[in-house]
Amino acid sequence: MSVEAIGALHEPTRRAVYEYAVRSAEPVGRDEVAGALGIGRTLAAFHLDRLASAGLLEVSYARRSGRAGPGAGRPAKLYRRSAAEHTVSLPPRRYLDAASLLAEAVEDAGADERLFAAARRRGRAMADEATAGSADGRSGAGELVEVLAEQGYEPVPREDRIVLGNCPFHAVARDYPPLVCGMNLALLEGLVEGLPAAGAVPRMEPAGGGCCVVVELSKNKND
Amino acid sequence: MTATDPRYHLAQLNVARPRAPLDSPQLAGFVTRLDEINALADAAPGFVWRLVDEDGANATGLRPYGPDVMVNLSVWESIESLYDFAYRTAHLDVLRQRREFFDHEGLDAYAVLWWVPAGTVPSVADAGARLDLLARNGPTPDAFTFRDRYPAPTEAA
Repeated sequence: MSVEAIGALHEPTRRAVYEYAVRSAEPVGRDEVAGALGIGRTLAAFHLDRLASAGLLEVSYARRSGRAGPGAGRPAKLYRRSAAEHTVSLPPRRYLDAASLLAEAVEDAGADERLFAAARRRGRAMADEATAGSADGRSGAGELVEVLAEQGYEPVPREDRIVLGNCPFHAVARDYPPLVCGMNLALLEGLVEGLPAAGAVPRMEPAGGGCCVVVELSKNKND
Repeated sequence: MTATDPRYHLAQLNVARPRAPLDSPQLAGFVTRLDEINALADAAPGFVWRLVDEDGANATGLRPYGPDVMVNLSVWESIESLYDFAYRTAHLDVLRQRREFFDHEGLDAYAVLWWVPAGTVPSVADAGARLDLLARNGPTPDAFTFRDRYPAPTEAA
């Protein structure tokens, strides 16, 4: 149940264990978490299992050493973020249902371009708000990564691009991909337009389970 | 994800009206990527077959349902393999721009999915009938969509 799942994050150490596990690209084990957070292994295992039973993490087993067969040792118990979505809204809200209806209507009306234009304006406004409140001295790309993180994209900067690990619109994008992914691309186009120092260009490049857009960083920022 | 039933394949039809002639500048963004996208489909996991006209490269020359209606008809091993090609490859980028190239004026339904026995391919007439079914009755096991999908028929049917 979502309230219980989110309630399981109340305790600070457990929250830190959860944040560590979801930030990791690979499933994590008890020992790794204990070492990273400076806590005992039994405590780490306790928190990991509590998070798993709350539905926030999923358990898998793997032999890390590459050995197999009798005498190879017990497989390691690993944890990764669960695919389940947990939302608590008080008073009750059903924004996804509204988004889904609006998407259906926009698609029926063939009004994709209107949606993209609105998203572009919104992205530009997000950038303007970030620059207005920003401290001096932050690099363009650094500021962009911060805004992307605040908006829930889970950005992972690499040498020539920022990979976006999470789709903030997942459920409605799954049901209306060209419309919502197009909306997302337009939003990010507006955002980078408002942060020109980042030298970034968003491109549609779906792959795996993350966001369909990748943000390319041009090496020469003086174009 | 439901297990794939090897006795059945998934057929899909989508239709649209081009906003301008195929050789016009307005349709250039679509036409120049046709070969690239069709090659992606041919190489995609789970791809089985797609309809082509007498030129052999694609179906853009066919007008089986009337003068202005272009068709795309293909068969896949599963719903998931079609979904992955349609929305998790470069095809998504072209789809995003669909309104620049096509509209759906006068078409109550314009995309339909249905199950066919593995090893068979639907005729254009079959496919048109499925689209009509969807337009008349909404999604049913005989004619459905990604959002309202049905599993392959069981033996008892």
